[in-house]
Amino acid sequence: MSAAAKARRHRRRLWGSLGYHGFGVLASLFFLAPFVWAGLASLRHGTESQSPPLPPWPTNGISFDAYAMLDTFGAGVWRHTFNSLLVSGGTVFLTVIVSLLAGYGFSRYRFPLKNALFVLIIATLMIPFQSILTPLFIILAKLGLNNSLLGLTLVYVTLQLPFSVFMMRNAFDAVPREIEEAARIDGARDFRLLVRVLLPLVMPGVATVAIFAFLNAWNEFLAALILLSDNDKYTLPVLMTAVRAGRLGAINWGAVQAGVMVMTIPCLLIFLALQRYYMRGLMAGAVK
Amino acid sequence: MTIAAVAPVAGATRRRSKAHQWKGLLYIAPAMVLVLVFFVLPVLFTVWMSFHNWPLMGQPKWIGLRNYSRMLSDTRFLSAIGFTAFYTVIVTVAIFALAFPLALFVERERRGVGVYRSIFFLPVVVGLATASLLWTWLANVDSGLFSPALRALGLTEHSINLLATFEGAFTTIVVMVVWKIVGFTMILLLTGLQAIPSDLTEAARIDGAGRWQRFRHLTLPLMRRTLALALILSITGSVLAFDQFYIMTSGGPQNSMISVVYYIFNQSFVSFHLGYGAALSIVLLIALVALSVAQLWLLRVEDER
Repeated sequence: MSAAAKARRHRRRLWGSLGYHGFGVLASLFFLAPFVWAGLASLRHGTESQSPPLPPWPTNGISFDAYAMLDTFGAGVWRHTFNSLLVSGGTVFLTVIVSLLAGYGFSRYRFPLKNALFVLIIATLMIPFQSILTPLFIILAKLGLNNSLLGLTLVYVTLQLPFSVFMMRNAFDAVPREIEEAARIDGARDFRLLVRVLLPLVMPGVATVAIFAFLNAWNEFLAALILLSDNDKYTLPVLMTAVRAGRLGAINWGAVQAGVMVMTIPCLLIFLALQRYYMRGLMAGAVK
Repeated sequence: MTIAAVAPVAGATRRRSKAHQWKGLLYIAPAMVLVLVFFVLPVLFTVWMSFHNWPLMGQPKWIGLRNYSRMLSDTRFLSAIGFTAFYTVIVTVAIFALAFPLALFVERERRGVGVYRSIFFLPVVVGLATASLLWTWLANVDSGLFSPALRALGLTEHSINLLATFEGAFTTIVVMVVWKIVGFTMILLLTGLQAIPSDLTEAARIDGAGRWQRFRHLTLPLMRRTLALALILSITGSVLAFDQFYIMTSGGPQNSMISVVYYIFNQSFVSFHLGYGAALSIVLLIALVALSVAQLWLLRVEDER
């Protein structure tokens, strides 16, 4: 190959890669800009909060006025963050336990109506929970769980079950039966077998189930809006409707930016840290 | 187990294993209880309620099918259906128009492609309510970004209140939803693209098929399964839209953006027509089940081919 041809080829590759990354960077800006803009704007001084974010970064020094302002809504931002964490953490905990047990049962045991019951759980995916909120409200009231974070948590756990039970059954199906038989001979039975021997082997599945449970519970809005009526009980998204509504016709945009950040940052951190498990869940859902 | 008493032990084992198999029911019991109490029961209850005039306080009254016949002349409900259908079509087309190029972009194994995939996907993991709130601020006429930025750049003379007109608000919401959802559709399409054997595309290229021809006659047909799934997910998600309209425009301007779920919410939890709201919910439920059945049917037809 002549030197000129080599140089031409090199140049073409350079242009190709420039075009590729040029597009990539532009598209990345589109997806990142709203977060960055809100994050920077939330650090501006309280007096700047109503002016347009041009430029978005604080010009009078960094301040946490926006977050202090957010704290004046409802029962304070700590309380509502705690509510959200309680509901999301509870949803993760219960979803993992319930789907772990159910996945094990569906994978390792044979009993009457097994397939019908499995299909029943999966089939709930077809029905939008938006259409059963009124009866849920009434049933929770009958159980004494209306306007309670526990009631909301149980609803969220139920909504997570089709995906989670499906994931966990597949996880158990992938564990060779020989391992169980060996453990059984060593005297491990039932519950101990499940916790001591099998749990470590299905941990990736548990991680996937936990991430989806957390994100869905943390982000859910409509059910929380309907099922929680007490100001103190609001989760973060419901609190934000009060911020959005404003006071005396004026919206405090600093508080909006701060609220968006408080709700966004945990999601982004969890996704970035556990991306592998998140994508696995997505693929499992897509292939199904 | 000893060899001495083979016959009786075999019987005992079978009995024990039968009892043992019943234990499976214990393991799935918690899941079944939750699904029955918080899903199956509410669905049946919705059906029951839909035949009643069900006020918040006082006795429900059986009125047969009158909730359903009332729907047919409820112009606000019919316009909610019309609006939801319009929104679904526009959003789905917009998402696919953007997701496909992005999927083709992130399919190439080049340096940095993993970073691009993650960045494009980021808005997906944030809540729709959060994203709506963020964009409400960005679209605000005085304190937001778009209108002041356009003015600062000298592109518009006056400030434009995006959320005050139907066109402006609708466009803003569609752009917001595309920003939030397109990464998800992109990843779905990516899995479909990656499932296409590379020797097939290679063979087509050697046979002289151009880029567009390969896409049209090879990539698209082989991806039909993924496309069906992505399409159904996009449609069901849009039909159930609520958060963005409630948070960004409160259904306005002039109630022009009331989606079906929003209308049910208003009937049930603002006007407290619980029976009528239940009947509307049943219609929504049937529509969504029909969509799921259509999806299963589409995928099954694919399997037979």
